[in-house]
Parts: sequence; C-alpha cells; structure tokens
Amino acid sequence: MRNSNDGEGSRSGSANGSGWSRRTFLGTSFGSTVAVVALRDTGNAQSPAAAASPRDKIAVSLNINGKPHDLSLDSRTTLLDALREHIGLTGSKKGCDQGQCGAYTVMVDGQRVLGCLILAAAVQGKEVTTIEGLTGANGALHPMQQAFAEHDAFQCGYCTPGQIMSAVACVKEGHANSADEVREYMSGNLCRCAAYPNIVDAVLDAKTKMEA
Amino acid sequence: MRPFHYVKANDLPGALQAFAPQNDPTNAAPSVNAATQYLAGGTTLIDLMKLDVMRPATVTDINALDQSKAGQIEFGDNGLRLGALVRMSQAADHEAVKSNFPVIAQSLQLAASAQIRNMASLGGNVLQRTRCTYFRDTSYDNCNKRNPGSGCAAMDGMNRNLAVLGTSNDCIASYPGDFAQALIALDAMVEIAGSAGTRMMPFAQLHRAPGSTPQIETTLTQGELITAFQIPNLPWGKRSLYLKIRDRASYEFALASAAIALDLDNGTVRDVRIALGGVSAQPWRAAEAEALLKGKPIDDTMLLAAADKAFEGARPKKHNAFKVQLGKATLMRALRDAATMTI
Ligand SMILES: Cc1cc2nc3c(=O)[nH]c(=O)nc-3n(C[C@H](O)[C@H](O)[C@H](O)COP(=O)(O)OP(=O)(O)OC[C@H]3O[C@@H](n4cnc5c(N)ncnc54)[C@H](O)[C@@H]3O)c2cc1C
Ligand code: FES
Repeated sequence: MRNSNDGEGSRSGSANGSGWSRRTFLGTSFGSTVAVVALRDTGNAQSPAAAASPRDKIAVSLNINGKPHDLSLDSRTTLLDALREHIGLTGSKKGCDQGQCGAYTVMVDGQRVLGCLILAAAVQGKEVTTIEGLTGANGALHPMQQAFAEHDAFQCGYCTPGQIMSAVACVKEGHANSADEVREYMSGNLCRCAAYPNIVDAVLDAKTKMEA
Repeated sequence: MRPFHYVKANDLPGALQAFAPQNDPTNAAPSVNAATQYLAGGTTLIDLMKLDVMRPATVTDINALDQSKAGQIEFGDNGLRLGALVRMSQAADHEAVKSNFPVIAQSLQLAASAQIRNMASLGGNVLQRTRCTYFRDTSYDNCNKRNPGSGCAAMDGMNRNLAVLGTSNDCIASYPGDFAQALIALDAMVEIAGSAGTRMMPFAQLHRAPGSTPQIETTLTQGELITAFQIPNLPWGKRSLYLKIRDRASYEFALASAAIALDLDNGTVRDVRIALGGVSAQPWRAAEAEALLKGKPIDDTMLLAAADKAFEGARPKKHNAFKVQLGKATLMRALRDAATMTI
C-alpha cells in the first residue's frame, strides 16, 4: 500500500515552520469524550470534523527515539510509512506489509509491535523506538547489534533491523532462556536467507551481555 | 486502502457515541461491510483494509479504553474477568490465568507471534475474520461473506484450510482463532455495551452459524462494543489444556485444535469440556462427545467413541477431508494429555 498524497505538508521537529503556518488547524470534539483532528487547507473552524473529507490530512505528533515529530498525514498512514516516508528513518523495513514477516518490528512504549499494522495516528502520546534509536549516543552498537555482527546472523540483512528489535524485546521480556524458547518467541520474524541458527546464537550471546 | 475518518474515543461513552451517527438502522447486524469499525490492535482490521476487504468510512480507535476496567484482568470469588482491551500477551503471561485456566493461557500463547500478541486485544481476537483465501482476495467476486448472494468460490476451490463442521451450502470458511475455543469450553459470558446499556450473554451465543447469511458473523448489533469476558470459577479448570496442530511448529493458524477441561475421579470422567478449533465454521463445543464421556474411563475405546461422536456431522470437501481424521486424533491426544497432566 502506498498513499499517493502523503508527502506534502509533513516535516520533522516541533518548532513552527512554514509547512504549518499556511494551514488552519482544526480541532473539534464530539461531546467531551471523542476527539477528531483534521488539518485542512481551507478550514472552517465551525464545520463539524465529521463532515470534512476523509482525504484531508490530520495532524499527528509522534515521539520517535526521544524526539518529537509534528506531521500532517493522510489518516491511512501506518507508523511504518510515517517513519520511512515522512521522517526519513528507513531502518525499519517494509517486507510483506501485512503483519506476517516482522521486518517492520519496532517498539511502542517498550513493547515490540508491527509498524505496518499500526496507524501513525494511533501511537500519538506513546514512545516509539526504532533500530536507529538502539545505538548509543556515542555511536556504540547495542550488544544485540554487536552479537548479530559477530555471529554472522544475517545474509542479505533485510530482515535484520526487525530481528534485532524483536530480539532485544525477547530478552527484556525474559523469553530468551534457551534455544527452543528463542525460536518460539522469535517466530514472528521471518528470514528468507534462513540465518536462523546464527540468529538464535546471537540472541543467546547478547542476552548474557545485556544482563551483565 | 480507502480513505476514512479517524476518530479517537477517550472512554466507553465516547466510543458508543462516535458510532451513533454512522448507524445504519436498516442493518441490525454489523458485518464486514459496516461503515464504522472499532479499532483495537488493528491486526485484523488494518490488514483487511489494506486488502480492500473492509472499507469503513470511519475508524473509531478504542485503545484508550485500556486505561479503564476494560483493560484489566481480575481474578477472585466471582471467577476470572478479562477486559476486552487486555492484550493477548498480558493474559497469556498472567499468573492467575496460567495456574487456574491453563487452557486460556495456552490458547493465547500458541497464537500468532509475540509482536501480534502485544498488539491484539482479546475483544478483537474473538472477532477476527476467516483466513479463507476467497474472502481475503477481492479478485474473486464469489464470496458470500463479502458479497452476499455471490456464491462461494471455496466449495470447489482450494479448501484445504477450511471447515468441516458447522458449515452451510453458502459458506465453508473456518473460524481461525484459538482463544474462543477456550472461552466456549469454560462456559464464559461476554459483557457487551451498547447505547441501551450493558448486557451479558453466554459467549457461545456470540458467533452465528453461517447458514444462508454468512456475512452476519455475530449476534452483536451495530455499535455494540465487547467490554469483557467473564469466566466462572471452575476448580478443575487447573486440569485443562489447549492442543494445536498446524503446518509449522510456531506462528501458524490451527489445522485442528482442541480445548479441554477435565474433571477426573480415579481415571473416570466426572465432567469434561471439549471445544474444537481449526475444523469448524464458528467456535465449536463438542457437547455430545462430552455427554458420552461422562462417567466413563479414559481408555482407547472411549476416546475413539468420543472422537467419532464429535465429528459425526462432518461435511468434508475435496481438499480438507483429512481434517476429519486429524481432528479426531487431535481430540484423542488432547484428552489423553489432560488425563495424565500433573496438577
Ligand atoms: C500473521 C498473523 C497470524 C495470526 N495468527 C493467529 C493465530 O495463530 N491464532 C489466532 O487466534 N489469531 C491469529 N491471528 C489473528 C490475531 O490474533 C487477530 O488479528 C487479533 O487477535 C485481533 O485483535 P485486534 O485487537 O488486533 O483486533 P482489530 O483488528 O482491532 O479488530 C478486529 C475486529 O473486531 C472489531 N472490534 C475490536 N475490538 C472490539 C470490541 N471490543 N468490541 C466490538 N468490536 C471490536 C473491530 O471493529 C474489527 O472489525 C493472526 C494474525 C496475523 C496478522
Ligand atoms: S538475512 Fe536475508 S532475510 Fe534474513
């Protein structure tokens, strides 16, 4: 899936910029309990948001790797597309785009999830961590990244960012206590190159380092 | 994916209210074609929207309800209450669930992947839609679930994964979920909120047999929201399990599965609960097989008799005939495993 009209109007950072000031921000609520936000080119502050076209962009504020990003997105934009197409974080990969391959595994509030089946609008107010956020400030590799390199845990590398994000979560969840357990809890990340044995070795090795 | 209005509900009244303006009073039962859909984990909804199978005009995000009672697990004298916004992984890892109702924990643990279990809610889980190829691929016109009255391409098509029990002449799609089998075996109740208030209903009445209206999958009316599942205490629920047989060892839907709870008295069955998955059009309780086993020993003769009984009404098709034998073997092994469980 690609949205045809999702490039324009989005930008990173929280400061005011020209992309925003041209536009009218429209916030409307149904009663006190439902909020619909729509960002429209020719906004009418009085018109109910439900009457606006579903093609209108909506304002979405995301927190990615500790940094805020204020975007204007088509409501169909998934978290994965927001990361790759709008924010420029292309580490998370688009594999099947249907929740089956795991190449787009990211963390939301510390939990591993699939970026391709989550709407960007639905993760507002949450902390998203991607593979780019795993590396230390000084550029040092995370022990899991190091272990993947040392154990030759990839061939083409396309699945690797997703594997690594999933593996870090797997260890943190306490589900990496044996090779069997790692295989079971990493089954949501497919590897077309079948680097599986080395991936299991890398996860078990990184686990000891992460816990040290 | 078609464009849609994204609406975020902050609480239950907000969710119900957001649905109201879209209500189509001429269509009492929600279906795959309903104009408004609640969004929980999105692992069914967004997937089917990408495939253009579902085309809601409005998507109402109910995830904020996980901050309320709908996001909690409670265990006490009244049994187990699982909020509809509890994630599959939360319930699967919950100590009280694991020790008192292993069948619930296992049915969730053996489903999907770790990532999907973190996203998917229990309410969305029971409402997940069939994986039938002809339902998911809109290039086929003839799917009675998607296009009522158009026919069923699966009847003479690739029906290896489809149902042998509870099917009709209009639909042989199988119900793909695992958790629902545990709920139906344990006589769970489902709590449903609607504009007229909250009602409780046996979970067994939630899903409808396909009959001549396979597009109407549940007895929910438009806008109704599942808020919780209530599982009555069952002292012998500790002797329960979920056995799932699939094409690969992990991360795959069931070809056949059995949810079992067994009350044993010196090798004799005092009481038993049996639900079957992977083989049926809707979550399936094998009540006649249960009745047959009561008061009898768990031995090979009785196991075979129970398995035959459970699949008595099976209507296999060309590619799924193997499911009758596989389903029987799955049931027999699950009963044997339950009988020898150390608790
Ligand atoms: C690759 C893959 C593999 C999978 N494998 C398995 C498996 O092995 N076993 C298994 O059981 N499942 C499996 N699933 C299915 C998965 O478990 C379901 O998609 C998930 O549980 C649905 O929950 P959700 O919260 O994501 O629902 P959503 O997608 O958010 O919602 C599903 C439907 O229910 C409605 N809805 C949601 N919550 C409510 C509510 N509280 N009240 C009323 N309506 C509501 C929505 O409007 C929508 O129509 C798999 C899914 C994928 C993508
Ligand atoms: S390394 Fe190529 S897909 Fe995994």
